[in-house]
Amino acid sequence: MKFSQSWLRSFVDTGLPTEELSHLLTMAGLEVEELDPVAPVFDGVIVARVLSVTKHPDADRLNVCQVDIGTGSPQQIVCGAPNVAEGLNVPCALPGAKLPGDFNIKIAKVRGIESSGMLCSSKELGITEESSGLLVLPIDAPVGQSIRQYLDLDDQLFTIKLTPNRADCLSLTGIAREVAALTGKPLSLLDITDTPATHHAQRNIELQAADACPRYCGRIITEVNAAAVTPDWMKQRLERSGIRSISALVDITNYVLLELGQPLHAFDNDLLKGSLQVRLANAEERIKLLNEQTVTLSNDVLVIADDAGAQAIAGIMGGAGTSVTDNTHNVFIESAFFAPKAIAGRARRLGFSSDSSHRFERGVDFANTRHALERATQLIVDICGGQVGPISEALTVLPDRKPVLLRGARVRKVLGIDLTATTIAELFTRLALPFVQDSDNFTVTPPSYRFDIEIEEDLIEEVARLYGYDNIPSLAPKGTLAMLPQTESRRIRKTLRQLLANRGYQETINFAFVEESWEQDFADNATPIRLANPIASQLSVMRSSLIAGLVSNLQTNLKRKQTRIRLFEMGRTFTRDAQANYLQPWKLAFLAAGSAQPEGWNTDGRRADFFDIKADLCALFSPQIMTFSKAKHPSLHPGRTADVSLNGRVIGVIGELHPEWVQKYDLTHPPILVEIELESAEQTTLASFQEVSRFPSVTRDLAVVVDQHLTLGEILSSMQEASPSLVKDIQLFDIYVGKGIPEGKKSLAFRVVMQDTEKTLQDSDVEPVVQQLLTFLSENFAAQQRA
Amino acid sequence: MNSLDSIVAEALAAFADISDPNELENAKARYLGKSGQITEQMKSLGKLPPEERKQTGAVINQAKDAIETALTARREDIRRAALEARLAEEALDVTLPGRGETQGGLHPVTRTLDRIESLFASIGFSVADGPEIETDFYNFTALNTPEDHPARSMHDTFYLQDADGNVADGVLLRTHTSPIQARYMQAHVARHAKQSDQADMPEIRIIAPGRVYRVDSDATHSPMFHQVEGLWIGQNVSFADLKGVIADFLKSFFETDELTVRFRPSFFPFTEPSAEIDVAFMSGSLKGRWLEIAGCGMVHPNVLLHAGIDPEKYTGFAFGFGPDRLTMLRYGVNDLRLFYEGDQRFLHQFI
Repeated sequence: MKFSQSWLRSFVDTGLPTEELSHLLTMAGLEVEELDPVAPVFDGVIVARVLSVTKHPDADRLNVCQVDIGTGSPQQIVCGAPNVAEGLNVPCALPGAKLPGDFNIKIAKVRGIESSGMLCSSKELGITEESSGLLVLPIDAPVGQSIRQYLDLDDQLFTIKLTPNRADCLSLTGIAREVAALTGKPLSLLDITDTPATHHAQRNIELQAADACPRYCGRIITEVNAAAVTPDWMKQRLERSGIRSISALVDITNYVLLELGQPLHAFDNDLLKGSLQVRLANAEERIKLLNEQTVTLSNDVLVIADDAGAQAIAGIMGGAGTSVTDNTHNVFIESAFFAPKAIAGRARRLGFSSDSSHRFERGVDFANTRHALERATQLIVDICGGQVGPISEALTVLPDRKPVLLRGARVRKVLGIDLTATTIAELFTRLALPFVQDSDNFTVTPPSYRFDIEIEEDLIEEVARLYGYDNIPSLAPKGTLAMLPQTESRRIRKTLRQLLANRGYQETINFAFVEESWEQDFADNATPIRLANPIASQLSVMRSSLIAGLVSNLQTNLKRKQTRIRLFEMGRTFTRDAQANYLQPWKLAFLAAGSAQPEGWNTDGRRADFFDIKADLCALFSPQIMTFSKAKHPSLHPGRTADVSLNGRVIGVIGELHPEWVQKYDLTHPPILVEIELESAEQTTLASFQEVSRFPSVTRDLAVVVDQHLTLGEILSSMQEASPSLVKDIQLFDIYVGKGIPEGKKSLAFRVVMQDTEKTLQDSDVEPVVQQLLTFLSENFAAQQRA
Repeated sequence: MNSLDSIVAEALAAFADISDPNELENAKARYLGKSGQITEQMKSLGKLPPEERKQTGAVINQAKDAIETALTARREDIRRAALEARLAEEALDVTLPGRGETQGGLHPVTRTLDRIESLFASIGFSVADGPEIETDFYNFTALNTPEDHPARSMHDTFYLQDADGNVADGVLLRTHTSPIQARYMQAHVARHAKQSDQADMPEIRIIAPGRVYRVDSDATHSPMFHQVEGLWIGQNVSFADLKGVIADFLKSFFETDELTVRFRPSFFPFTEPSAEIDVAFMSGSLKGRWLEIAGCGMVHPNVLLHAGIDPEKYTGFAFGFGPDRLTMLRYGVNDLRLFYEGDQRFLHQFI
């Protein structure tokens, strides 16, 4: 809502400086978003009349003018504007004037001719961005008067960001009412007198959707001069409210909209056929609107129709077919109350919003319908002339303003302050809310213009607002104390993040919507969850994996010459199952690319590989032990990918990025990636004490030759299972392929640690165990002991 | 006895000339070895008459002691010199950088969320979470924002397609973290429903951080951003308490008393009275400017009713902060988009 301060002052004169008024409105919930002067600072400019214009003797484009500046002695001014002419009233900057842009006016010679000032364009005064010549003022502009005063250039423009509940403030009258309540200053509302009818022509109105339109008023005004010129005062107020002047009739409806908050519509009466029907649109009914858009309506959209069909979308926008033009002679002016529920959301569905729909969907004062029509009539007759017909009114049941009870005790409980009944009564009086007081309790009947007072809390808010949020103290709250649970068998996300950060990973946060091809490439997901209204095609589907985002981050960083990248992200991922349930598990993913160690003066520059990152993953889960098994994944290199399992369940994947994606995504080298369910990383085991043996451990190494395709995982886990309890640990310490080992075989060397809690182990205890393991390997893996 | 003196003098001179430990031991043998000069002298003692033996022996021992002392001193000198040489040789350029993994870090917004969580945990708020693909019911209806309510146009909502390519019914990307309060309240009521009377329902004190989505993208808006929802429901929670908690939080978060907080009436369908929270710093580059950083209010009775809580008995407040904004203010970040670009040079500044 944009308006000018001087227009507001015509309703309530607070005497407050602009800044204070602005603060007052903001602190009452009418947030002043912008406050702009109409014109920049300048002075020394007055209204002047050009008395004569003669060609400059030495310059083709210049004229020498004699100008009346209201002092009785005409001044000589050289002027280069093409539109300068004898008899014009124009702004004149006198010597000593300071114009915007630090431009000082002095008496000076222009091509040899003395010039005592400057005739100005609106651009030179900073009122408009562009101009094509001198600003021509009306012929009755008082010569000698300051231009600031004459054009009201000290006026200030307020732009208020209104919350949807305050429909009552979508007009100058509404804001004035609010300002009067806030300041206690008197409110002088318009005195609107009814214009007597001078003819009897009327249009029949049929309310076919009474709930949607409880009141519809209209009247025919004949013989209007649609080409009449909008008076400057009206044009100025409209423009200062951000509305462009179009034609007198349209301007008048817009003016009343701003003044009283009542949207009006003017039909060309000669183009309407038969009765006006207020009804719901027929299925597939089409209408061409004033904005030239043709729309198809659904049957919950209210229209104003005549015998030929829909002529306007009620409360939203008029149709092009019956709108007024400069050739209109007879108008039908509509002023109606459409129920918010019947208007809400419809314009948005059609893809636009209008000043009218904005107000109707929030609530327009239904007691003001006739009044606004009378105001428009008055203005039309004044400006366009015409003969006024009687008002046709169709009325059903207007909204019921139910009395709302406010209990003083409740106010005190909710706000936490000690407000007396006297104070509350005073606040209601200032707000002009009619109430009946019963000691501490108030029964308030909301006025017709308030659509936001239905329950006690609505009144509490009014009380708080007017009392001033600033005047409510900030208290240290009191509550019962109870410790928050802290489960040691779960790790919070903060801990996991820190663990990864400690291993050199940097957290990143990526959008949850991604490019569709990413889902295809990195998750082999041909049916991702698509957004119905994405902002861009590269943000059009919900991610089912965090991998693509990290790869994209890698790409970004490589482009920016960062070569060693370690990133992680924690976030939800999204899929939909066959029953259309949305699954949104949290995942944790990390990526490492570049050297295994930060590049330095004596590192070998080796690239981080699968096993470097595997160590990071194992450390993250420690002390839980994960198992890894060869796997396939759409993102990853089929020979360098493993499923990660915990307690026998697959919880994620680790691997090197597939060479195909390395190439497609312009990466120099394949990064290693991990993606796991966050839930499983959050679980951990509570530490549990194990006896530490006081007897020395014995270590034996055993080397065996096995088939090259056997994985360590298979061998080691079965060895561990087959080992007697004496064996505390088995570690692989060497893999050898080459000379001395048959083709297709490899040598594995294990270090077996044995220990007893009861005694020091002797060779006689250890040797059978070693033999047992060798036999086991031989029987199960055809392993041969290496000499 | 002169010969003894000269032996000692000769030995001392010899030792002093030697800097190799083996040579020193050889030299030692010349004097103190099995057939060394001093040893020979000792052996010859037996030939002396017993009355001279004692005195001569003492003299020889003196000479032996002198040689041994010199020897020990020389050994120590040589060892020390060798050590010095080794230490000098082993010296490092200690200004060279260390080796091994460097520290990674948390996303700046995560740092803010962590701070918020721990500040609120210190007054008994626990953390709640909720889905990001949310139902229309929890995102709007349960929060007193029925279909076609004008407030719905305040949120530019992302909707989803169903499997057939139509707009999926009843689901959306949550536009705020407030649905978590609705979900939490419902669950809280269900948890305590068995306790015969609502009188026993413990207070609700939660904060709910998370990612939220709106159809908006420019220099100051990201289509995905963060919010932290807070909720306190009890039998005696007032607007004055809300003001107290928020002021306390902001001063603690920014670690300064040099800021002013103001509450400005506003409108949210799920709170009433509602307020926007502006903060102004008394120093620094943003001095004196009011910065909008949160919305809040007393939980609307309809929201409590939706959750099965009696609004006559219980009141409470809710608030929603924008952690992205808080992060920008706290660390001086000037462009919101940096948060979501994944540029390691930016992210590494927050370790």
